[in-house]
Amino acid sequence: MLFTLKLRYTFHMLNELAHFALILALGVALIQMILPMIGAATGRRSWMAVAEPAATTQVVLVSFSFGVLMWAFIQSDFSLAIVYNNSHTAKPLIYKISGVWGNHEGSMLLWVYILTIFGASAAWFGGGLPEKLRARVLSVQASISVAFYLFILLTSNPFARLAVPPLNGLDLNPLLQDPGLAFHPPFLYLGYVGLSMSFSFAVAALIEGRVDAAWARWVRPWTLAAWMFLTVGIALGSWWAYYELGWGGFWFWDPVENASFMPWLIAAALLHSAIVVEKREALKSWTVLLAILAFGFSLLGTFIVRSGVLTSVHAFANDPERGVFILIILGVFTGGALTLYAARAGALEAKGIFGAVSRESGLVLNNILLAVSAFVVFVGTIWPLVAELTFGRTLSVGPPFFDAAFTPFMVALALALPLGSMLSWKRGTLGKVWSRLWPFAILALALGCLAYAMQSGRSALGPIGAALGAWTVMGALVDLWQRAGRGDIIGRLGRLTRLPGADWGKAAAHIGLGITVFGVAGITAWQQEDIRVANLNERFDVGSYSFELKDVSQIEGPNYLTTMGEVSVTQGVRDITTLYPEKRFYPVAQMPTTEAAILNGVLRDLYVVIGDAQSGGGYTMRVYIKPFANWIWGGAMLMALGGFLSLTDRRLRMAAGAAKPKVKAAKPVNA
Amino acid sequence: MIRLLLLLCTLAAPVWAVEPSEMLDDPVLEARARTLSEGLRCPICRNESIDESHASLSKDLRIILRERLVAGDTDAEAVDYMVQRYGEFILLNPQVTGVNWLLWGAGPLMLLAALGIGATAIRKRGLATQEGLSDDEEARLKEILRD
Repeated sequence: MLFTLKLRYTFHMLNELAHFALILALGVALIQMILPMIGAATGRRSWMAVAEPAATTQVVLVSFSFGVLMWAFIQSDFSLAIVYNNSHTAKPLIYKISGVWGNHEGSMLLWVYILTIFGASAAWFGGGLPEKLRARVLSVQASISVAFYLFILLTSNPFARLAVPPLNGLDLNPLLQDPGLAFHPPFLYLGYVGLSMSFSFAVAALIEGRVDAAWARWVRPWTLAAWMFLTVGIALGSWWAYYELGWGGFWFWDPVENASFMPWLIAAALLHSAIVVEKREALKSWTVLLAILAFGFSLLGTFIVRSGVLTSVHAFANDPERGVFILIILGVFTGGALTLYAARAGALEAKGIFGAVSRESGLVLNNILLAVSAFVVFVGTIWPLVAELTFGRTLSVGPPFFDAAFTPFMVALALALPLGSMLSWKRGTLGKVWSRLWPFAILALALGCLAYAMQSGRSALGPIGAALGAWTVMGALVDLWQRAGRGDIIGRLGRLTRLPGADWGKAAAHIGLGITVFGVAGITAWQQEDIRVANLNERFDVGSYSFELKDVSQIEGPNYLTTMGEVSVTQGVRDITTLYPEKRFYPVAQMPTTEAAILNGVLRDLYVVIGDAQSGGGYTMRVYIKPFANWIWGGAMLMALGGFLSLTDRRLRMAAGAAKPKVKAAKPVNA
Repeated sequence: MIRLLLLLCTLAAPVWAVEPSEMLDDPVLEARARTLSEGLRCPICRNESIDESHASLSKDLRIILRERLVAGDTDAEAVDYMVQRYGEFILLNPQVTGVNWLLWGAGPLMLLAALGIGATAIRKRGLATQEGLSDDEEARLKEILRD
């Protein structure tokens, strides 16, 4: 009895200890920010040496803090305000856990937790970095931590208590109780926060006034990892919207989506320009600028999501504390870094020279298209705010604008990609590349024409997407084949398997892009929709499929009630499947959700949604045929896989330990 | 995370986006109505068109829009009718008027500027590339030397 009482008391104390651990972490981060930086400037090794244990300590402290919060959610400790507001005892365990970041305070704690993990990784795996660079990187990283610890402790304390703990919680928003969305935020944060590493490296390099091939090799893995996580995070969010919102939309150009898309575009540009720095020692200052901007956009994204400023100016004005705080963080870090950049970028001298037609130029074009398209998204996202505050015009900027203003850049990118990616470094000739690619250009064009002929009279978007997608995919395959060298097929295949990870990564990512382009165009141009009142046992046709509502039943789930339809699908005389669309109601949150029933396929998805019972009998039903839907996310996963394959490239790992002669002596890959 | 707030704001009245009862019998007219309603914003929602919105106000607007079309309005007249009542805010596709030129011009202008800067920088560098061999030439040289 006494023991359990003691135990309970200890658990009770845990929340306070976790809160205190965060305060301690702030102190440690302050030390890590100041001492190594001064140490690097004055050459005091012992001061620089503080960085590594400090980074490790931060991880330990925040791990504890985060673990306790998770424990509180699992235990349904409603004495914590955020647990009460976002959880419920009847909720399945996985959503109790994901509820930790399904709210503002908890998600910021996750943000800072990932930040400390990245910082510590640099300390643990950065053994090959020059001592001073490492000390400075860790110091800059700690300064970001300091800002976000302060933000959490001063405005968003996850460990705030309720004086009288209620018996049960208010439940997590039912829309968030979904596997897709449970893991969407952590991936996005891994991406956002991963870019802080690129940022820290950029600032450290500016302080040192030195950027060289080795620097680029150190930055690239972090950027690759961040970009890969962002890709997965964005794809998860899009996939979730597709199956959860009830009509199969997959991208809405919502400010919150744009917030994650802008850093993704800039990070993609950064990945490519860092290659130029690594291989040719050119584009140095541009690459540093991109590294600063990429994290700047991450912070901007955090600001947009957390302040709600773009949802409504008035919502922001009513509760400006948090928004203003992040705005200050954004201003200090981006502004400070850009000022440093303006002062020091001149010191970064380019060594490599290249001709107007060369791989370098191709990558410059890639950078221009990606950066300008990110700029278009940026302008479109903030324009309503600017127009209202500056010109007094209340207006909206919606999907039609982005579709029109953004898409041309992606078309240009896909057109140029196969050509640019096969040009020689330094000085190349388009003729030579074209001589390898022209049969495939004609093939892609023919495919587009075929699609146009088959669809008779629909928008040209589908055929264009088909041609572009095919062109990009075939271009990447030709490039890969070309890399296998000359000789007979067996020899080439053999060499293909021994190509470095970066080559495979490049091919996978580019093929993924082509597939996504095709999927987006296909679903947009060729989708079929049917909205009707469906009576029981009455067959109706959509496209080449027949649907029949067989039965509707009321079922009780773990924390919801559901109306479930039974819809049989046939094609001609063939039975395809039976689908069970649901309309759920979550009594605690007093909120309905639609659960579409989807039959996934390679060529098309069948998407069925059931609605309310009609007074005259029957139920409203929406049926969609969504061609090539899965290609959108499949392509995105391939892109992420490309990032991963590049990460496994031995040359990057070699770089991590470049100072160690043992590793340096490793055989060069595929010389 | 995408439109939670919006769904939250409409949860009081869980109505459907485009319901069968609203739809017009004339398929041509209905198709026009769908296209137009995709470009009109639900005034109380967050970045959602009245076509996809579940809010009851959106339902009313969808019905009004269809009434205008049935009454013989052209597309432009029907949209104007909405703008007169709800302001420019209702247009998801921002008009190309006044300062909105900046919005629409931002991308193309930035692209031109970037291409200009990029081309100048590369040309300046290109002048220096006359010396030295390119990768292709080096490979070719190696081949010759091997023979």
